[in-house]
Amino acid sequence: MGKTIAEKILSVKSGQDAKAGDLIVAKVDRIMSHDGNRPLPLKIFEEMGGTKTFHAEGYVLVIDHSAPSPTESISKVHQDMKHFAKERGSILYDVGEGICHQLMIEKGLVGPGDLIIGSDSHTCTYGALGAFSTGMGSTDVGICLLSGEQWFKVPETMRVLLRGKLNEGIYAKDLILNLIGRVGSDGANYLAVEFTGEGLRSINMDGRFTIANMLIEMGAKAGFIEVDEITLEYLKGRIKVPMFPIYPDRDADYFRDLEVDLSTLEPQVGVPHAVDKVRSIKEVEGQRIDVGFLGTCTNGRLSDLEVTARILKGRKIDPNVQFLIAPASREVLLQAIRLGYIESLIESGAVLLPPGCGPCAGNHMGIPSDDQVVISTSNRNFKGRMGNPKASIYLASPATVAASVLSGRITDCRSFLRMNNDH
Amino acid sequence: MIIKGRVHRFGDSVSTDQIIAGKYKNRMSDWKELSTHLFEELVPDFYRKVKEGDLIVAGKNFGCGSSREAAPRVIQESGVRAILAKSFARIFYRNGFNIGLPLIECDTNSISEGSELLVDLRKGQIKNITDDVEISFKPIPAFMLQILLDGGLVSHFKKFRRFNL
Repeated sequence: MGKTIAEKILSVKSGQDAKAGDLIVAKVDRIMSHDGNRPLPLKIFEEMGGTKTFHAEGYVLVIDHSAPSPTESISKVHQDMKHFAKERGSILYDVGEGICHQLMIEKGLVGPGDLIIGSDSHTCTYGALGAFSTGMGSTDVGICLLSGEQWFKVPETMRVLLRGKLNEGIYAKDLILNLIGRVGSDGANYLAVEFTGEGLRSINMDGRFTIANMLIEMGAKAGFIEVDEITLEYLKGRIKVPMFPIYPDRDADYFRDLEVDLSTLEPQVGVPHAVDKVRSIKEVEGQRIDVGFLGTCTNGRLSDLEVTARILKGRKIDPNVQFLIAPASREVLLQAIRLGYIESLIESGAVLLPPGCGPCAGNHMGIPSDDQVVISTSNRNFKGRMGNPKASIYLASPATVAASVLSGRITDCRSFLRMNNDH
Repeated sequence: MIIKGRVHRFGDSVSTDQIIAGKYKNRMSDWKELSTHLFEELVPDFYRKVKEGDLIVAGKNFGCGSSREAAPRVIQESGVRAILAKSFARIFYRNGFNIGLPLIECDTNSISEGSELLVDLRKGQIKNITDDVEISFKPIPAFMLQILLDGGLVSHFKKFRRFNL
């Protein structure tokens, strides 16, 4: 019997023949944590008597969740993180550098075939580069810092075959929202997910990160997007680690197979208050909105800013709407400035926040008031996610958010894209 | 390992944001203080209702969403001694065992609020004392049970200096 990507990577990293269902101990390549989970991994590490980490640059700390700090106690957390990194030679990205997951990929710290853990559920994002990456809690991360080892249950795999290509106005976000709606928020619980098929050709790297990022919203442990020339092009000149692209065997055993014809997709919207309550744009069009948010580890990348700027350019956002934008990183922000996107966005009335998580997790910079309706490019719409349980959050692609902030209502982005084409 | 307690009933897909909102976990420094906000949107004043030794019983996908370990830690701090659910989100599942909080996957349909349960972790059996009904569950994997008996992953690792699979 052949092996899936998850089985192959975990076999290499554990030095044994790993099959789905096995409990194994494996060596991780890198560990990531951020300021959002308090200094708990550092506390666990010290409680265990830890002094040096398994290898200095194997640990990456990022200050992104509350950045800049809104309170004294969080400032103290930031100082402790900086102190820890300096003492032990860990990699640290300070306020303004960007979101942890964007930095891990953009700075070349993750490559195909790597095994990465992070104390953040969206660590699964790096699967877009063919890495086995997964979120864990602070105790798992703290203990792993000592030896670089962690235990895993080798997951079974769900395979998603993508056919056709995305039409104009339809994005990777619409695909992943559609899939989450289909399988449910626990539809891939404990599973790995492999994406394959000719449909991948029409999805650029930014879109692939969006897909891998939201796999946790269907419960997945890890996910993989087949490494191809688009992946290798992204990694060229960026990657700082050796690459071992891993492909599944033809006779690998899959838990479930799904198929999506990309050309049949409509814009999708996640409606309050669950990630798997997903509707087609037609069903929610006209819903009033008060706040728009563009950003996060799901959709704060250059392509996302580009399409938003293209829709907003020369137009004004609805006077009753506040539109917040937080680029995923300093590099993304600089490129967006050079390409003129930021000017279009600011002229239309958008508010620019520093690179980082922004208001996504309700920590700061845009907590909605009671009864406000938010349309966001983020990944979660749980009650209270943005800091106020009396607010409602809709999830959509950057283009849908851009069209909606112009009209003050949830709007099909294709109407604006068509207008642009006519000019 | 036998646990006896009174049930607090929850539904499907309780997220870690609903267990403890991000705005609190980032602002506070101790679990006791955080526990006054436990489940506050689902059950107002839950922290006043919960007693030492109580149990949480839920539907499927308990603990979905953010990886925050604050979620099981605050539940444990409140006095809850075990969680029973139809299924758990995987990060939450690891986190629970890592801090020494037993999580049991079983059919929870018949269990109602306020019931008194007797849970035998080794045998994989639950006795609903209130309704006089027995429910069995797939016993917890040996390695996970070992972590619980050791009092969590930190003590386990201190004892063996490795994962004793």
